[in-house]
Amino acid sequence: MRDGDIIVTQDVNFYYGSFRALTGVNISFEKNRVTALIGPSGCGKSTLLRLLNRMNDFIEQTRVEGKVLFEGRNIYDPEVDPVEIRRRIGMVFQKPNPFPKSIFNNIVYGPRLAGGMSRTDLESLAERSLKQAVLWDEVKDILGQSAMMLSGGQQQRLCIARALAMKPDVLLMDEPTSALDPISTAKIEELMEGLKKDYTIIIVTHNMQQAARVSDYTGFFYLGRLIEFNRTGKIFTTPDMKQTEDYITGRFG
Amino acid sequence: MEEKKHTSLQYERELQHVKDGLLYLGAMTEKAIESAMTSLLERDSDLARKVIEEDDRIDKLDMELEDKCIRLLALRQPTARDLRFIATAIKINGHLERIGDMAVNIAQKAIQLNKEPQLKPYIDLPRMSDITRAMIKESLDALVRGSIDIAENVRREENVVDGLNDQIFRELLTFMMEDPRTIHRALLIMQISKNLERIADHAKGVADMVIYMVTGKTVRHQQTDELFRKDG
Repeated sequence: MRDGDIIVTQDVNFYYGSFRALTGVNISFEKNRVTALIGPSGCGKSTLLRLLNRMNDFIEQTRVEGKVLFEGRNIYDPEVDPVEIRRRIGMVFQKPNPFPKSIFNNIVYGPRLAGGMSRTDLESLAERSLKQAVLWDEVKDILGQSAMMLSGGQQQRLCIARALAMKPDVLLMDEPTSALDPISTAKIEELMEGLKKDYTIIIVTHNMQQAARVSDYTGFFYLGRLIEFNRTGKIFTTPDMKQTEDYITGRFG
Repeated sequence: MEEKKHTSLQYERELQHVKDGLLYLGAMTEKAIESAMTSLLERDSDLARKVIEEDDRIDKLDMELEDKCIRLLALRQPTARDLRFIATAIKINGHLERIGDMAVNIAQKAIQLNKEPQLKPYIDLPRMSDITRAMIKESLDALVRGSIDIAENVRREENVVDGLNDQIFRELLTFMMEDPRTIHRALLIMQISKNLERIADHAKGVADMVIYMVTGKTVRHQQTDELFRKDG
Protein backbone atom coordinates (compact mmCIF):
# COMPACT_ATOMS: atom_id res chain seq x y z
CA MET A 1 0.00 0.00 0.00
CA ARG A 2 1.43 3.35 -1.04
CA ASP A 3 1.25 6.41 1.16
CA GLY A 4 -1.79 8.36 0.17
CA ASP A 5 -3.84 5.41 -0.98
CA ILE A 6 -7.20 5.28 0.71
CA ILE A 7 -8.62 2.09 -0.81
CA VAL A 8 -6.58 -0.84 -2.08
CA THR A 9 -7.94 -4.10 -3.43
CA GLN A 10 -5.83 -7.24 -3.21
CA ASP A 11 -6.43 -10.19 -5.53
CA VAL A 12 -10.17 -9.60 -5.60
CA ASN A 13 -12.35 -12.20 -7.28
CA PHE A 14 -16.10 -11.76 -7.37
CA TYR A 15 -18.79 -14.27 -8.26
CA TYR A 16 -22.44 -13.97 -9.16
CA GLY A 17 -23.42 -17.58 -8.40
CA SER A 18 -20.94 -19.59 -10.41
CA PHE A 19 -20.15 -16.74 -12.81
CA ARG A 20 -16.85 -15.08 -12.07
CA ALA A 21 -17.31 -11.35 -12.72
CA LEU A 22 -13.93 -10.15 -11.45
CA THR A 23 -10.60 -11.95 -11.57
CA GLY A 24 -7.54 -11.02 -9.51
CA VAL A 25 -8.17 -7.30 -9.32
CA ASN A 26 -5.40 -5.30 -7.67
CA ILE A 27 -6.07 -1.59 -7.79
CA SER A 28 -5.20 1.35 -5.55
CA PHE A 29 -7.19 4.54 -5.14
CA GLU A 30 -5.24 7.59 -4.12
CA LYS A 31 -6.69 10.01 -1.61
CA ASN A 32 -8.09 13.31 -2.93
CA ARG A 33 -7.91 12.14 -6.51
CA VAL A 34 -10.54 11.25 -9.08
CA THR A 35 -10.14 7.76 -10.46
CA ALA A 36 -12.22 6.64 -13.43
CA LEU A 37 -13.07 3.04 -14.20
CA ILE A 38 -13.77 2.41 -17.86
CA GLY A 39 -14.43 -0.59 -20.06
CA PRO A 40 -17.18 -2.19 -22.17
CA SER A 41 -20.46 -3.39 -20.68
CA GLY A 42 -20.02 -6.45 -18.54
CA CYS A 43 -16.32 -5.81 -17.90
CA GLY A 44 -16.84 -5.70 -14.15
CA LYS A 45 -16.28 -2.00 -13.48
CA SER A 46 -19.64 -1.40 -11.78
CA THR A 47 -19.29 -4.66 -9.88
CA LEU A 48 -15.98 -3.42 -8.53
CA LEU A 49 -17.46 -0.04 -7.62
CA ARG A 50 -20.32 -1.63 -5.67
CA LEU A 51 -17.88 -3.95 -3.96
CA LEU A 52 -15.98 -0.99 -2.52
CA ASN A 53 -18.76 -0.12 -0.06
CA ARG A 54 -20.33 -3.57 0.15
CA MET A 55 -23.38 -2.71 -1.96
CA ASN A 56 -23.09 -6.16 -3.50
CA ASP A 57 -24.07 -7.58 -0.09
CA PHE A 58 -27.64 -6.95 -1.17
CA ILE A 59 -27.40 -9.23 -4.20
CA GLU A 60 -28.18 -12.90 -3.53
CA GLN A 61 -25.63 -15.61 -4.20
CA THR A 62 -22.63 -13.36 -4.59
CA ARG A 63 -19.22 -14.10 -3.16
CA VAL A 64 -16.07 -12.03 -2.69
CA GLU A 65 -12.54 -13.38 -2.47
CA GLY A 66 -9.48 -11.32 -1.68
CA LYS A 67 -9.28 -8.12 0.34
CA VAL A 68 -10.61 -4.62 0.00
CA LEU A 69 -8.53 -2.46 2.32
CA PHE A 70 -10.04 0.84 3.36
CA GLU A 71 -7.44 2.82 5.28
CA GLY A 72 -5.61 -0.46 5.79
CA ARG A 73 -8.54 -2.46 7.13
CA ASN A 74 -10.32 -5.17 5.13
CA ILE A 75 -13.94 -4.07 4.82
CA TYR A 76 -14.99 -7.70 4.37
CA ASP A 77 -13.73 -8.73 7.82
CA PRO A 78 -16.67 -10.20 9.75
CA GLU A 79 -16.45 -7.64 12.55
CA VAL A 80 -16.74 -4.70 10.15
CA ASP A 81 -20.12 -2.95 10.18
CA PRO A 82 -21.20 -2.44 6.55
CA VAL A 83 -23.42 0.48 7.57
CA GLU A 84 -20.41 2.32 8.95
CA ILE A 85 -18.49 1.54 5.74
CA ARG A 86 -21.30 2.96 3.63
CA ARG A 87 -21.38 6.09 5.76
CA ARG A 88 -17.71 6.68 5.06
CA ILE A 89 -17.89 5.55 1.43
CA GLY A 90 -20.93 7.19 -0.12
CA MET A 91 -22.51 6.43 -3.46
CA VAL A 92 -24.30 8.31 -6.23
CA PHE A 93 -26.21 6.32 -8.82
CA GLN A 94 -26.89 6.57 -12.51
CA LYS A 95 -30.44 7.85 -12.19
CA PRO A 96 -31.11 10.59 -9.67
CA ASN A 97 -33.09 9.00 -6.83
CA PRO A 98 -34.25 11.72 -4.45
CA PHE A 99 -36.62 10.71 -1.67
CA PRO A 100 -40.21 11.94 -2.18
CA LYS A 101 -39.63 14.54 0.51
CA SER A 102 -38.66 18.19 0.71
CA ILE A 103 -35.25 19.28 -0.53
CA PHE A 104 -34.20 20.00 3.04
CA ASN A 105 -35.37 16.64 4.34
CA ASN A 106 -33.56 14.80 1.56
CA ILE A 107 -30.27 16.24 2.77
CA VAL A 108 -30.76 15.79 6.50
CA TYR A 109 -32.48 12.40 6.34
CA GLY A 110 -29.36 10.37 7.16
CA PRO A 111 -27.77 12.74 9.71
CA ARG A 112 -31.14 13.06 11.49
CA LEU A 113 -31.45 9.25 11.71
CA ALA A 114 -27.92 9.09 13.06
CA GLY A 115 -29.10 11.51 15.77
CA GLY A 116 -27.36 14.00 17.99
CA MET A 117 -27.91 17.11 15.86
CA SER A 118 -30.00 20.16 16.67
CA ARG A 119 -32.23 21.86 14.12
CA THR A 120 -29.61 24.59 13.69
CA ASP A 121 -26.89 21.97 13.15
CA LEU A 122 -29.03 20.30 10.49
CA GLU A 123 -29.72 23.60 8.79
CA SER A 124 -26.07 24.54 8.56
CA LEU A 125 -25.22 21.02 7.39
CA ALA A 126 -27.85 21.29 4.64
CA GLU A 127 -26.48 24.65 3.55
CA ARG A 128 -22.90 23.40 3.55
CA SER A 129 -23.75 20.23 1.62
CA LEU A 130 -25.86 22.06 -0.94
CA LYS A 131 -23.09 24.60 -1.44
CA GLN A 132 -20.54 21.83 -1.94
CA ALA A 133 -22.83 20.31 -4.54
CA VAL A 134 -23.22 23.75 -6.20
CA LEU A 135 -26.99 23.63 -5.80
CA TRP A 136 -27.48 26.11 -2.96
CA ASP A 137 -28.09 29.22 -5.04
CA GLU A 138 -30.75 27.44 -7.06
CA VAL A 139 -32.70 26.01 -4.10
CA LYS A 140 -32.02 28.19 -1.06
CA ASP A 141 -35.45 29.80 -1.25
CA ILE A 142 -37.40 26.60 -1.87
CA LEU A 143 -35.88 24.19 0.65
CA GLY A 144 -39.34 23.20 1.87
CA GLN A 145 -40.56 22.16 -1.57
CA SER A 146 -40.58 18.64 -2.87
CA ALA A 147 -37.31 17.40 -4.36
CA MET A 148 -39.33 15.77 -7.11
CA MET A 149 -40.00 19.16 -8.75
CA LEU A 150 -36.30 19.74 -9.45
CA SER A 151 -34.85 19.07 -12.89
CA GLY A 152 -32.88 15.87 -13.48
CA GLY A 153 -29.55 17.68 -13.21
CA GLN A 154 -30.63 19.41 -10.00
CA GLN A 155 -31.90 16.11 -8.59
CA GLN A 156 -28.53 14.51 -9.26
CA ARG A 157 -26.69 17.34 -7.52
CA LEU A 158 -29.18 16.94 -4.65
CA CYS A 159 -28.22 13.26 -4.43
CA ILE A 160 -24.55 14.30 -4.34
CA ALA A 161 -25.36 16.83 -1.57
CA ARG A 162 -27.24 14.10 0.28
CA ALA A 163 -24.24 11.79 0.06
CA LEU A 164 -21.91 14.61 1.19
CA ALA A 165 -24.11 15.38 4.20
CA MET A 166 -22.94 12.09 5.72
CA LYS A 167 -19.39 13.49 5.58
CA PRO A 168 -17.94 10.51 3.76
CA ASP A 169 -14.27 10.10 2.86
CA VAL A 170 -14.93 8.52 -0.49
CA LEU A 171 -17.62 9.16 -3.05
CA LEU A 172 -18.45 6.40 -5.51
CA MET A 173 -20.24 7.53 -8.65
CA ASP A 174 -21.85 5.04 -10.96
CA GLU A 175 -22.47 6.71 -14.33
CA PRO A 176 -23.58 9.89 -12.55
CA THR A 177 -24.30 11.90 -15.68
CA SER A 178 -25.53 9.35 -18.18
CA ALA A 179 -29.14 10.46 -17.67
CA LEU A 180 -28.33 14.16 -17.83
CA ASP A 181 -28.13 16.87 -20.50
CA PRO A 182 -24.74 18.39 -21.43
CA ILE A 183 -25.12 21.47 -19.22
CA SER A 184 -25.99 19.44 -16.12
CA THR A 185 -23.16 17.07 -17.03
CA ALA A 186 -20.70 19.95 -17.23
CA LYS A 187 -21.90 21.25 -13.85
CA ILE A 188 -21.36 17.88 -12.21
CA GLU A 189 -17.94 17.47 -13.81
CA GLU A 190 -16.98 20.92 -12.57
CA LEU A 191 -18.31 19.98 -9.15
CA MET A 192 -16.13 16.89 -9.03
CA GLU A 193 -13.06 19.03 -9.59
CA GLY A 194 -14.03 21.14 -6.58
CA LEU A 195 -14.84 18.14 -4.35
CA LYS A 196 -11.43 16.59 -4.87
CA LYS A 197 -9.75 18.59 -2.13
CA ASP A 198 -12.04 17.09 0.52
CA TYR A 199 -12.99 13.72 -0.95
CA THR A 200 -11.69 10.82 -2.94
CA ILE A 201 -13.86 10.17 -5.98
CA ILE A 202 -14.19 6.95 -7.91
CA ILE A 203 -16.35 7.15 -11.01
CA VAL A 204 -17.60 4.54 -13.41
CA THR A 205 -18.38 5.98 -16.81
CA HIS A 206 -19.15 4.81 -20.31
CA ASN A 207 -18.21 8.21 -21.60
CA MET A 208 -14.50 8.02 -22.29
CA GLN A 209 -14.19 11.75 -22.89
CA GLN A 210 -15.69 12.24 -19.46
CA ALA A 211 -13.09 9.95 -17.91
CA ALA A 212 -10.41 11.91 -19.77
CA ARG A 213 -11.84 15.24 -18.60
CA VAL A 214 -12.44 14.59 -14.93
CA SER A 215 -10.05 11.94 -13.69
CA ASP A 216 -6.47 11.87 -12.48
CA TYR A 217 -6.18 8.10 -12.85
CA THR A 218 -7.95 5.68 -15.13
CA GLY A 219 -8.38 1.93 -14.86
CA PHE A 220 -9.41 -0.03 -17.95
CA PHE A 221 -11.32 -3.27 -17.35
CA TYR A 222 -12.00 -6.03 -19.81
CA LEU A 223 -13.72 -9.36 -19.14
CA GLY A 224 -13.47 -8.99 -15.38
CA ARG A 225 -9.79 -8.09 -15.30
CA LEU A 226 -7.99 -4.81 -14.72
CA ILE A 227 -6.02 -4.55 -17.95
CA GLU A 228 -4.28 -1.25 -17.36
CA PHE A 229 -4.12 1.37 -14.65
CA ASN A 230 -2.24 4.62 -14.98
CA ARG A 231 -2.39 8.38 -15.00
CA THR A 232 -5.26 9.50 -17.20
CA GLY A 233 -3.00 11.60 -19.41
CA LYS A 234 -0.86 8.56 -20.11
CA ILE A 235 -3.81 6.23 -20.76
CA PHE A 236 -5.34 8.56 -23.34
CA THR A 237 -2.12 9.43 -25.19
CA THR A 238 0.19 6.43 -24.93
CA PRO A 239 -1.48 3.44 -23.27
CA ASP A 240 0.79 0.45 -22.71
CA MET A 241 -1.70 -2.28 -23.55
CA LYS A 242 -3.13 -2.87 -27.01
CA GLN A 243 -6.54 -3.82 -25.55
CA THR A 244 -6.73 -0.42 -23.84
CA GLU A 245 -5.72 1.37 -27.01
CA ASP A 246 -8.28 -0.49 -29.13
CA TYR A 247 -11.04 0.37 -26.69
CA ILE A 248 -10.28 4.05 -26.18
CA THR A 249 -9.73 4.67 -29.89
CA GLY A 250 -13.04 3.06 -30.79
CA ARG A 251 -11.85 -0.26 -32.19
CA PHE A 252 -14.45 -2.44 -30.52
CA GLY A 253 -15.24 -6.11 -30.80
CA MET B 1 0.24 -7.90 -37.52
CA GLU B 2 -3.14 -6.95 -38.95
CA GLU B 3 -4.34 -3.69 -37.39
CA LYS B 4 -7.80 -3.77 -35.91
CA LYS B 5 -10.12 -1.34 -37.66
CA HIS B 6 -12.33 1.28 -36.06
CA THR B 7 -15.90 0.23 -35.41
CA SER B 8 -16.85 3.45 -37.21
CA LEU B 9 -15.69 2.80 -40.78
CA GLN B 10 -16.30 6.42 -41.68
CA TYR B 11 -13.72 7.45 -39.05
CA GLU B 12 -11.36 4.83 -40.46
CA ARG B 13 -11.77 6.32 -43.95
CA GLU B 14 -11.22 9.88 -42.70
CA LEU B 15 -7.93 8.90 -41.08
CA GLN B 16 -6.90 7.07 -44.24
CA HIS B 17 -7.67 10.19 -46.32
CA VAL B 18 -5.25 12.19 -44.18
CA LYS B 19 -2.56 9.57 -44.59
CA ASP B 20 -3.09 9.37 -48.36
CA GLY B 21 -3.04 13.17 -48.54
CA LEU B 22 0.34 13.32 -46.80
CA LEU B 23 1.80 10.77 -49.19
CA TYR B 24 0.49 12.70 -52.16
CA LEU B 25 1.85 15.95 -50.76
CA GLY B 26 5.19 14.23 -50.15
CA ALA B 27 5.31 13.02 -53.76
CA MET B 28 4.52 16.55 -54.99
CA THR B 29 7.35 18.10 -52.97
CA GLU B 30 9.80 15.44 -54.07
CA LYS B 31 8.86 16.14 -57.67
CA ALA B 32 9.22 19.88 -57.07
CA ILE B 33 12.78 19.45 -55.79
CA GLU B 34 13.65 17.19 -58.70
CA SER B 35 12.31 19.67 -61.24
CA ALA B 36 13.95 22.62 -59.53
CA MET B 37 17.31 20.84 -59.61
CA THR B 38 16.82 19.79 -63.24
CA SER B 39 16.05 23.39 -64.14
CA LEU B 40 19.46 24.27 -62.68
CA LEU B 41 21.47 21.36 -64.10
CA GLU B 42 19.93 21.56 -67.56
CA ARG B 43 19.63 25.35 -67.51
CA ASP B 44 15.89 25.11 -68.17
CA SER B 45 14.27 28.27 -66.78
CA ASP B 46 10.83 27.37 -68.16
CA LEU B 47 10.87 24.30 -65.95
CA ALA B 48 11.92 26.50 -63.01
CA ARG B 49 8.94 28.79 -63.58
CA LYS B 50 6.67 25.75 -63.64
CA VAL B 51 7.97 24.69 -60.21
CA ILE B 52 7.11 28.15 -58.88
CA GLU B 53 3.59 27.97 -60.33
CA GLU B 54 2.96 24.44 -59.08
CA ASP B 55 3.66 25.50 -55.51
CA ASP B 56 0.11 26.87 -55.33
CA ARG B 57 -1.16 23.30 -55.51
CA ILE B 58 1.12 22.28 -52.66
CA ASP B 59 -0.14 25.19 -50.56
CA LYS B 60 -3.73 24.30 -51.33
CA LEU B 61 -3.26 20.66 -50.34
CA ASP B 62 -1.48 21.80 -47.17
CA MET B 63 -4.52 23.81 -46.14
CA GLU B 64 -6.94 21.03 -47.03
CA LEU B 65 -5.03 18.50 -44.96
CA GLU B 66 -4.77 20.81 -41.98
CA ASP B 67 -8.50 21.44 -42.18
CA LYS B 68 -9.20 17.70 -42.28
CA CYS B 69 -7.03 17.15 -39.19
CA ILE B 70 -8.74 19.93 -37.25
CA ARG B 71 -12.15 18.53 -38.16
CA LEU B 72 -11.07 15.10 -36.94
CA LEU B 73 -9.90 16.59 -33.64
CA ALA B 74 -13.16 18.44 -33.19
CA LEU B 75 -15.58 15.77 -34.31
CA ARG B 76 -13.92 12.50 -33.30
CA GLN B 77 -12.02 13.43 -30.15
CA PRO B 78 -9.23 11.02 -31.10
CA THR B 79 -7.15 9.37 -28.39
CA ALA B 80 -3.92 7.38 -28.07
CA ARG B 81 -2.43 6.37 -31.43
CA ASP B 82 -5.13 8.14 -33.42
CA LEU B 83 -4.40 11.31 -31.50
CA ARG B 84 -0.68 10.87 -32.01
CA PHE B 85 -1.24 10.22 -35.71
CA ILE B 86 -3.26 13.40 -36.18
CA ALA B 87 -0.80 15.51 -34.17
CA THR B 88 1.94 13.98 -36.31
CA ALA B 89 0.02 14.62 -39.53
CA ILE B 90 -0.44 18.30 -38.71
CA LYS B 91 3.29 18.74 -38.16
CA ILE B 92 4.38 16.60 -41.11
CA ASN B 93 2.04 18.60 -43.27
CA GLY B 94 3.84 21.77 -42.19
CA HIS B 95 7.25 20.26 -42.92
CA LEU B 96 6.20 19.18 -46.41
CA GLU B 97 4.71 22.54 -47.23
CA ARG B 98 7.98 24.22 -46.22
CA ILE B 99 9.90 21.75 -48.41
CA GLY B 100 7.73 22.93 -51.30
CA ASP B 101 8.76 26.52 -50.52
CA MET B 102 12.44 25.49 -50.54
CA ALA B 103 11.97 23.97 -53.98
CA VAL B 104 10.54 27.31 -55.12
CA ASN B 105 13.60 29.10 -53.68
CA ILE B 106 15.89 26.76 -55.61
CA ALA B 107 13.94 27.35 -58.82
CA GLN B 108 14.20 31.13 -58.35
CA LYS B 109 17.96 30.90 -57.87
CA ALA B 110 18.22 28.62 -60.92
CA ILE B 111 16.50 31.24 -63.08
CA GLN B 112 19.10 33.81 -62.02
CA LEU B 113 22.02 31.43 -62.47
CA ASN B 114 20.81 30.36 -65.89
CA LYS B 115 21.25 33.94 -67.11
CA GLU B 116 25.01 33.71 -66.57
CA PRO B 117 27.68 31.25 -67.68
CA GLN B 118 27.94 28.22 -65.47
CA LEU B 119 30.51 28.79 -62.70
CA LYS B 120 31.61 25.17 -62.33
CA PRO B 121 30.35 21.64 -62.96
CA TYR B 122 27.75 20.70 -60.37
CA ILE B 123 28.85 17.56 -58.52
CA ASP B 124 27.90 17.77 -54.86
CA LEU B 125 24.59 19.60 -55.40
CA PRO B 126 22.98 16.70 -57.33
CA ARG B 127 24.23 14.32 -54.61
CA MET B 128 22.64 16.49 -51.94
CA SER B 129 19.43 16.63 -53.90
CA ASP B 130 19.35 12.84 -54.36
CA ILE B 131 19.89 12.26 -50.64
CA THR B 132 17.31 14.81 -49.53
CA ARG B 133 14.68 13.42 -51.90
CA ALA B 134 15.40 9.92 -50.67
CA MET B 135 15.06 11.22 -47.10
CA ILE B 136 11.58 12.56 -47.84
CA LYS B 137 10.56 9.31 -49.46
CA GLU B 138 11.96 7.23 -46.61
CA SER B 139 10.45 9.40 -43.89
CA LEU B 140 7.02 8.93 -45.47
CA ASP B 141 7.72 5.24 -45.87
CA ALA B 142 8.44 5.19 -42.13
CA LEU B 143 5.09 6.90 -41.59
CA VAL B 144 3.18 4.34 -43.63
CA ARG B 145 4.88 1.38 -42.00
CA GLY B 146 5.15 2.92 -38.54
CA SER B 147 8.85 2.01 -38.70
CA ILE B 148 11.25 3.50 -36.17
CA ASP B 149 14.22 1.88 -37.93
CA ILE B 150 13.57 3.70 -41.19
CA ALA B 151 12.96 6.95 -39.28
CA GLU B 152 16.28 6.54 -37.48
CA ASN B 153 18.02 6.08 -40.83
CA VAL B 154 16.58 9.35 -42.06
CA ARG B 155 17.84 11.08 -38.93
CA ARG B 156 21.36 9.83 -39.62
CA GLU B 157 21.33 10.87 -43.28
CA GLU B 158 20.78 14.45 -42.25
CA ASN B 159 24.39 14.56 -41.03
CA VAL B 160 25.61 13.55 -44.49
CA VAL B 161 23.72 16.44 -46.07
CA ASP B 162 25.14 18.85 -43.49
CA GLY B 163 28.62 17.64 -44.42
CA LEU B 164 28.03 18.22 -48.12
CA ASN B 165 26.70 21.69 -47.43
CA ASP B 166 29.89 22.57 -45.50
CA GLN B 167 32.02 21.18 -48.30
CA ILE B 168 30.21 23.23 -50.96
CA PHE B 169 30.60 26.31 -48.82
CA ARG B 170 34.38 25.85 -48.52
CA GLU B 171 34.77 25.16 -52.20
CA LEU B 172 32.81 28.24 -53.25
CA LEU B 173 34.82 30.34 -50.83
CA THR B 174 37.98 29.53 -52.78
CA PHE B 175 36.26 30.52 -56.04
CA MET B 176 35.25 33.85 -54.58
CA MET B 177 38.70 34.54 -53.18
CA GLU B 178 40.38 33.82 -56.48
CA ASP B 179 37.99 35.84 -58.61
CA PRO B 180 35.52 38.36 -57.17
CA ARG B 181 33.49 38.23 -60.42
CA THR B 182 32.23 34.82 -59.32
CA ILE B 183 30.77 36.14 -56.05
CA HIS B 184 27.22 36.65 -57.31
CA ARG B 185 26.96 33.16 -58.78
CA ALA B 186 28.75 31.55 -55.86
CA LEU B 187 26.35 33.13 -53.40
CA LEU B 188 23.35 31.87 -55.41
CA ILE B 189 24.79 28.35 -55.40
CA MET B 190 25.42 28.59 -51.68
CA GLN B 191 21.80 29.53 -51.16
CA ILE B 192 20.68 26.52 -53.16
CA SER B 193 22.94 24.33 -51.07
CA LYS B 194 21.50 25.90 -47.92
CA ASN B 195 17.99 25.24 -49.22
CA LEU B 196 18.78 21.57 -49.77
CA GLU B 197 20.24 21.42 -46.28
CA ARG B 198 16.99 22.92 -44.91
CA ILE B 199 14.97 20.35 -46.86
CA ALA B 200 16.99 17.61 -45.16
CA ASP B 201 16.15 19.24 -41.80
CA HIS B 202 12.45 19.11 -42.64
CA ALA B 203 12.70 15.48 -43.75
CA LYS B 204 14.36 14.75 -40.42
CA GLY B 205 11.47 16.60 -38.78
CA VAL B 206 9.06 14.21 -40.50
CA ALA B 207 11.09 11.24 -39.23
CA ASP B 208 11.11 12.71 -35.70
CA MET B 209 7.33 12.92 -35.77
CA VAL B 210 7.05 9.32 -36.96
CA ILE B 211 9.08 8.27 -33.92
CA TYR B 212 6.72 10.28 -31.74
CA MET B 213 3.71 8.72 -33.45
CA VAL B 214 4.97 5.19 -32.84
CA THR B 215 6.49 5.56 -29.37
CA GLY B 216 4.96 8.69 -27.85
CA LYS B 217 8.50 10.01 -27.28
CA THR B 218 9.72 13.38 -28.45
CA VAL B 219 13.17 13.07 -30.02
CA ARG B 220 13.50 16.17 -32.13
CA HIS B 221 16.16 17.87 -30.01
CA GLN B 222 18.23 14.75 -29.51
CA GLN B 223 20.97 13.31 -31.68
CA THR B 224 20.41 9.78 -32.92
CA ASP B 225 23.51 8.59 -31.05
CA GLU B 226 22.22 10.01 -27.78
CA LEU B 227 18.96 8.20 -28.35
CA PHE B 228 20.68 4.88 -28.69
CA ARG B 229 22.83 5.50 -25.64
CA LYS B 230 19.80 6.29 -23.49
CA ASP B 231 17.77 3.32 -24.60
CA GLY B 232 20.73 0.97 -24.25
